[in-house]
Amino acid sequence: MRKFESKVQLIKYEVLREVSRFAMEGTLMDKYDQISRMIEPGPKSRSRCCIYKGRAIVEERVKLAMGGDKENPNIIEVIETACDECPINRFTITEACRGCLAHRCSEACPVDAIFHVGQRAYINQEKCIECGRCRDACQYNAVSDVLRPCRGACPTKAISIDENKKIVIDNEKCIQCGVCIVKCPFGAIMDKSFIVETIDLLKKSKEEKNLHLYAVIAPAVASQFKDVKIGQVITAIKKLGFHDVVEAALGADMVALHETHEFAETIEDKKIMTSSCCPAFVSYIEKCYPEFSKNISTSVSPMIAISRLIKKMDHKAKVIFIGPCTAKKAEVNQADVKGSTEYVLTFEELCAMIDAADIEIEKCEEDVLNNASFFGRIFARSGGLTESIKHIIEEENIQVEFTPVTCDGIAECDKALKIAKVGRLQGNFIEGMACTGGCIGGAASLHHGPKDRKDIDKYGELAIEKGVKDALRVFKVDEIDLHRDFKKL
Amino acid sequence: MTIIHVCIGSACHLKGAYNVIHGLQKIVEDRKLEDQIIIKANFCLGECTKAVSVRVNDNPILSVDEKNVETFFEEYVLGRV
Repeated sequence: MRKFESKVQLIKYEVLREVSRFAMEGTLMDKYDQISRMIEPGPKSRSRCCIYKGRAIVEERVKLAMGGDKENPNIIEVIETACDECPINRFTITEACRGCLAHRCSEACPVDAIFHVGQRAYINQEKCIECGRCRDACQYNAVSDVLRPCRGACPTKAISIDENKKIVIDNEKCIQCGVCIVKCPFGAIMDKSFIVETIDLLKKSKEEKNLHLYAVIAPAVASQFKDVKIGQVITAIKKLGFHDVVEAALGADMVALHETHEFAETIEDKKIMTSSCCPAFVSYIEKCYPEFSKNISTSVSPMIAISRLIKKMDHKAKVIFIGPCTAKKAEVNQADVKGSTEYVLTFEELCAMIDAADIEIEKCEEDVLNNASFFGRIFARSGGLTESIKHIIEEENIQVEFTPVTCDGIAECDKALKIAKVGRLQGNFIEGMACTGGCIGGAASLHHGPKDRKDIDKYGELAIEKGVKDALRVFKVDEIDLHRDFKKL
Repeated sequence: MTIIHVCIGSACHLKGAYNVIHGLQKIVEDRKLEDQIIIKANFCLGECTKAVSVRVNDNPILSVDEKNVETFFEEYVLGRV
């Protein structure tokens, strides 16, 4: 039995499972409104002040599990009814205030927002600019700082609070990294799901001989499942009805080769190139550092590369990508790559589907998964792409200076881009991954504790193909378009 | 035109599908049959127990390994060319 990190994760899983179950039965449209009562049977609510509110929120989750608001292009949505428990004011002075004589808080306040009544200090919230100096000044730690967790986590300040104290996501700023989903303690932010579309395709592929549905699985799978073997997960995926399971890491091998050649050919003009495999990082550059848009590698992501390879080899193919990433759900819809990968599922959604189909992973036999090289597999962790490019430069003996700056998490990406902006970057290549640790720290992972990079390296070493070119030696990679056209966006 | 489909799904890959492809490519090259035979890699052909699965045109799937590539070619491919 899977362990859940929190009730938020458990309820989300239950909703996804029940939606999957009804979709598989073909009764979803008749029964979807029963799910809230199944999850919140009452008489007391599991999650909220009362059963009515608990059910109302589950109903919103059901809608998101069924694809969410079609009018809203953002993959990440706010469940308004669930978002109201956070305090609106960031700083308040607590009981710990001793009513001292020094008044270091009001001395430190640059806008005169602190006043004293009797033996207590108070903050005039109309004046407060949330600078935090009073918090730092008080020697009794009497100033509490309760920035809404979602706002504190959002790297692009895309989240604001509206007049009803609900949060609003600015789609122009959001990079779909999904960190707010993980951080919200009330589960009030959720990613749209495409499980229903996927299940419909699975059914169709059973009936139609002209449709082969492939599952492409991200190499981050190596750090996801603790109690079952990857081989058992592969069997379970095939039991769902997928025609075959292919490693996204093989796409990573294709991308590494393409990107290395692109780097060697263009670095003299570009001076700096950035990686392009993490969609949230690409989006971050476009939205926060547009001056570097022309420096983004024009190689497609491994997901798109492997999807195109599969479709080239099998004209009946349609492809579902399964990974730990919310931003990938948005990537598949971008104009220049649309049509390559059909839908993206997360590991959370995969587990929900497997359980909905009553497939017991722990009882499945072990199947095999082995297409990619060691290097393709280590793309799942920060530094993997860089190592792969180095390996190809050495193998092909390319005469080019490659000085990578590896950025683990969006804060490091931001720092490197800032430095590059003032022309001080000590390097000519920025490998950026929005999630800490790389994809293994992805927002839609099954668990969010510290991840061991070694899990990925160990998994990498199980690849029978050692080098990138070994893994690609039977494919005509040149015949597949691996070039992005950002102008179409 | 004869098309030889070689499965490179994980199970076949582990049993040396790439070597089977290379073996076949070499035979085709040596016998100068490039314009009559195409060797095509495929993901799962659905017969994982027969790894390495190979299918000539639309015929039933056969099991080939890197050692019997030559015999397979003589027996199942040459007759069709």
